[in-house]
Amino acid sequence: MVTESSLSPEARSVLGLHLSRRGVLAGAGGLGAAGLLAACGSGAKSGGAKNTNTVRWGNWPLYLDFDSKTKKYPTLEKFKKDTGIDAQYFEDYNDNDEFFGKVQAQLKLGQDIGYDVVTPTDWMAARWIRLGYSQKFNSANIPNKVNILDSLATPSYDPKRESTLTWQGIMSGFGWNVEKNPKGIHTLDQLFSPQNKGKIVVLTEMRDTIGIILMAQGVSLATVTESQFMNAVDFMAKKIADGWIRGVKGNEYAQDLTSGDASAVIGWSGDMFILSSENKGKFDFAIPESGGTISGDNLMIPSTASAAGKANAEKLINYYYDPTVAAEVAAYVNYVCPVKGAQAAMEKIAPELSKSEYIFPTEKTAARLQVFRSLTPAEETKWAQAFQKAQGN
Amino acid sequence: MKISKSQVPYLLLFPGFAFLFTFFVLPIINLAQTSTQTPISGGDTGQYTQTFAFSNYIHAFTDNKDQFLRSFVYATLATILALAISYPLAYAIAFKSGKFKNILLVLVVAPFFTSFLLRTVAWKQILGEEGFVVPTLRSLHIIGQQTTLTSTAFAVVTGMTYNFLPFMTLPLYASLERIDPRTIEASGDLYANGLTTFRRVTLPLSMPGVVAGTLLTFIPAAGDYVNASILGSPSTKMIGNVIESRYFKIVDYPTAAALSFTLMVAILILVTLYIRKAGTEELV
Repeated sequence: MVTESSLSPEARSVLGLHLSRRGVLAGAGGLGAAGLLAACGSGAKSGGAKNTNTVRWGNWPLYLDFDSKTKKYPTLEKFKKDTGIDAQYFEDYNDNDEFFGKVQAQLKLGQDIGYDVVTPTDWMAARWIRLGYSQKFNSANIPNKVNILDSLATPSYDPKRESTLTWQGIMSGFGWNVEKNPKGIHTLDQLFSPQNKGKIVVLTEMRDTIGIILMAQGVSLATVTESQFMNAVDFMAKKIADGWIRGVKGNEYAQDLTSGDASAVIGWSGDMFILSSENKGKFDFAIPESGGTISGDNLMIPSTASAAGKANAEKLINYYYDPTVAAEVAAYVNYVCPVKGAQAAMEKIAPELSKSEYIFPTEKTAARLQVFRSLTPAEETKWAQAFQKAQGN
Repeated sequence: MKISKSQVPYLLLFPGFAFLFTFFVLPIINLAQTSTQTPISGGDTGQYTQTFAFSNYIHAFTDNKDQFLRSFVYATLATILALAISYPLAYAIAFKSGKFKNILLVLVVAPFFTSFLLRTVAWKQILGEEGFVVPTLRSLHIIGQQTTLTSTAFAVVTGMTYNFLPFMTLPLYASLERIDPRTIEASGDLYANGLTTFRRVTLPLSMPGVVAGTLLTFIPAAGDYVNASILGSPSTKMIGNVIESRYFKIVDYPTAAALSFTLMVAILILVTLYIRKAGTEELV
């Protein structure tokens, strides 16, 4: 019997074992085969729709506190017990586009997609809202809504947070092998220093990789223009052509770092945190001096949820915006916690984590993080195409 | 209702035709329709309308001709390598394995019990920096200290060869196994040496297996994208990777459909030419 940790992220995703939310994203980004199969199905397991006392939540894998002994999600179990609502949790998110492709037709026809809560990333949440595929919250049911961090409270796609609330925030920056980069990597020039030639991996998530390059070029992500964007894409394409960058990958970069195939990456905070702790400090992560990106995955109620499903979904969302519950989740997932007061709650359950910059970035850190501006549909297509082209697609 | 004898074959064919119609003809029609669509002006990502834009095909091809060419080159290399490895293997199993025949056949198929993806990921570890191959080759000075094997065309072709090997071995075995050993003996009786016997008797008689094996390897290999995405780099992307990225990442369904169609036609033409050549001159 192989142990979970001896397998690569892709292998684990194939086996359906648990791995980080980004890990599965990568598995799907790279392979898509599982995704293609999934796309054949018509959304989630239905059947719960008729029962008014259920809520069905589609989320990314390993993105909720999980007890490997009982095979249960402690916070979710508590929610079930407290409310009597049968919360069904599906780790069905592999990739934003893929999930969207899977449920789009049903959303268009107004048929139940099999979820009462979905968890798209910012830019995809923006698309759902634009297309009218989301429902506005009944704020009276979500009093804890006020707990959202100020920095996340007014995104351009939902300025009053009427139909989305951040689930977790994701920082991206530089990750490196400490042995190969004893001085660390804090600028783009340091990333492209000779010892890393041919051993650099950057993220498939366009807004993170190009975002970091743009900021290093002095461009603000809030106002980035097409020519500035294309300029940054050309920079990346040149680094690929010249043999500096060996791959544009999702979470597979973590495996490349541990296997020695990569010595420096543009990567995600939560992953690097886990990598570093699993490998006794062999790796490190930093937000670039010129700035890193931050994005979020959002809890959202699809337009097709029934009135009862929506009410239960609101209870669920409210529950996870309770600081104590949010702290329990953050202690497990290690991504940026969006809930005010969770840091104080964390001090009680895991004091060392309450000081983690990865989970609770200080104001100084947060000031160095930028959000990629929302793109028009035409830009989205054109820019994605340029980014894909640069990686050989 | 009485069924006349002449109707029986049609009734027997019905399930097959119904299946093909639902799962092949209809999707192909849908694919063809999608391939000539263009974005709705002012519409959202992924919203397209039919405008019979056949120019999609020209753009799709000219934008990605490198990846097309690469797909066919890699698939051809993998097919040749698989044939070179499989032929002696199938020959040995068919003629020389005695009582181990069944075990050997099971061993050829055994990797299929593991997921295709897992096996490919395993190659990444075998060829990776911490696998045994790279350090060994480095210490023997066969490759340079800075040379890596993953993220190269070598790794992609190796992965493809490995993954499609059983598709080559099994048809080859089936046709070799059917060869009457007496034809080979007769060749010896007529003073042909081993090489001549192979060239004039064994090889021609096994040609159906060679043709079937090469087709079963080449066709899926040309459309494969898993090996290139796991074992390759940006400069080894194949057409399957482009289709995947167009469909899922760019949400450009028409180009993805046009590329799929072009790939299908290109393979069809190549296969037709190949079967004609192999079929008329060497099979008979």
